[in-house]
Amino acid sequence: MERQHIVDLNNISMEYGGVTVLDNINLYIKENEFLTLLGPSGCGKTTTLRIIGGFEKPTKGKVIFEGKDITEVPPYQRQINTVFQKYALFPHLDVFDNIAFGLKIKKIPRNIIKEKVQEMLRLVNLQGFEKRSIESLSGGQQQRIAIARALVNEPRVLLLDEPLGALDLKLRKEMQNELKNIQKRVGITFIYVTHDQEEALTMSDTIVVMDKGKIQQIGTPIDIYNEPKNAFVAKFIGESNIVNGIMHEDYVVEFSGKIFKCVDKGFLKDEDVEVVIRPEDVDIVSPDKGMLKGIVTSVTFKGVHYEMIVKDKDIEWMIHSTIMKEVGTEIGMDILPENIHIMRKVTNHEI
Amino acid sequence: MKFKRFTIPYILWLSLFIVIPLLLIVFYALSSGDSQNFSTFEFSFASLERFFSSPVYIKVLIRSVRLAVVSTVICLILGYPIAYIISKENPKKRNVLILMFVIPMWMNFLLRTYAWLTLLGKSGIINSIIMKLGFQPLELLYNDTAILLGMVYNFLPFMVLPIFSVLTKIDFKLIEAAEDLGANKITTFRRVVFPLSLPGVMTGISMVFIPAVSTFVISDLLGGSKASLIGNLIEQQFRYTGDWHFGSAMSIILMVFILITMALTSKFDKEKEGEGGGLW
Repeated sequence: MERQHIVDLNNISMEYGGVTVLDNINLYIKENEFLTLLGPSGCGKTTTLRIIGGFEKPTKGKVIFEGKDITEVPPYQRQINTVFQKYALFPHLDVFDNIAFGLKIKKIPRNIIKEKVQEMLRLVNLQGFEKRSIESLSGGQQQRIAIARALVNEPRVLLLDEPLGALDLKLRKEMQNELKNIQKRVGITFIYVTHDQEEALTMSDTIVVMDKGKIQQIGTPIDIYNEPKNAFVAKFIGESNIVNGIMHEDYVVEFSGKIFKCVDKGFLKDEDVEVVIRPEDVDIVSPDKGMLKGIVTSVTFKGVHYEMIVKDKDIEWMIHSTIMKEVGTEIGMDILPENIHIMRKVTNHEI
Repeated sequence: MKFKRFTIPYILWLSLFIVIPLLLIVFYALSSGDSQNFSTFEFSFASLERFFSSPVYIKVLIRSVRLAVVSTVICLILGYPIAYIISKENPKKRNVLILMFVIPMWMNFLLRTYAWLTLLGKSGIINSIIMKLGFQPLELLYNDTAILLGMVYNFLPFMVLPIFSVLTKIDFKLIEAAEDLGANKITTFRRVVFPLSLPGVMTGISMVFIPAVSTFVISDLLGGSKASLIGNLIEQQFRYTGDWHFGSAMSIILMVFILITMALTSKFDKEKEGEGGGLW
């Protein structure tokens, strides 16, 4: 099902006093999609969001909204609303007036405002909070009010700037599910900014991984996790073993002194490559059966699995497994061909 | 708490220089007799009665309040835009501009007020220009306008500074949030910036109104002898007439009046749900 583009970013670049913050960003966002901009701090994800919201003007490039160029349109004329990082609720207004703020500006009749505010409070599970002052609310409640205040305007696109960053872990997990549910129920495009890869994987339809002002990879959470395009993405999303290898020919790679079958092709003969293997993709076998051998040097209990560091010559492998091996045991390791990801060696991560 | 003992010097200071003098004034206000001789003192409401039974004194009080209110309003009308414009500048420029506002306050208050005499006087700068142009000299001094001018000139920084400090502390995200929700610049100001700056406005009003209503120097210099205010009346009782009882009584009346005014302002402030801060 091909959905229509609602926002297009065309060749967006952004400079602050000679420093490039965004470097030629091209991105489209489809209607009703939950898209996440993911990256470490300083990667340009928040700037991208602020450009879509209209709070920053790009140095170069165009912002297209439903086919119309809105690069020069001020925020108050965009059909886009934002949930700010620290909520930015108005301290001088109560919950009702905070949510009603946008509707009152649009001069919507009082009784309709009342109805809509109540509907929103139901949506975020805070019925009866109309007269409460903002400072009397907990962080999680303020978060919900911020979402209600934005959604009540029925925006075409909702921007969320690390909205769960200030909440504790348990609350964050709850809100992740709730946000996803709200998005499904209201059917609005969500553009979500976070540095938390787990959050991105849980909630998104599409993830845009960014680093140093550039898009590193765009894809579904499964694509991004299973097929990272470069070492940065592999390192940033989940944990990875990244080792040096040599690509002898299509589907044949050598690393750690052994020849492995893999599913990648199209490299030069004997090209130096980086081999990415997820810790959970290393299978533990008996020492005589495995392709690789090593000694367990540390074991950490992680709840669902054990994290073991296994030393094999000069390589330290990180393994996640439900089977625990004592420190000092010699084990064998096997890796399935489809779990071996080959990446070209590049100094700057071009795609 | 061991730190408690550090409050002792402050408590001593407060009692010695604020509480005891205040009690003395109340004591003088509620007694009569020879001001210089304690043995003649007796409890009496005479001074208070004298004030409230005389329309002349009441009129002076009303006049003082009127002038103070007008000068406060003028300070607010002038001061708010100044504070707003300065707060919009980048921090470096902002500090220079605020400094320029504060520098005149480093000059002696009396001197600053005297300076207006040479500007506005019969042979002052303004009148000499007017006369050079062939017109009759104007009566610029010794009227209410001159007093107002003196008040506004002297007290304007006290209006600008608190408003400025509140404005610069407003979280910029709130302004972005308002714009995000569809408010243009004017609506954003009306619905977010102004309400959030009210605590500063209230402090500014207090800091201008209180000295303005009790001033005697400005009215003395610029208002001349015919235009006296409640401050001048009190001054006269202590310096010339020697009736400390009556002077104290008027001080207490003025103080109660200021207290009531400030209580009303702070009530209005709370109804507007402004954030704390301010003098009250």
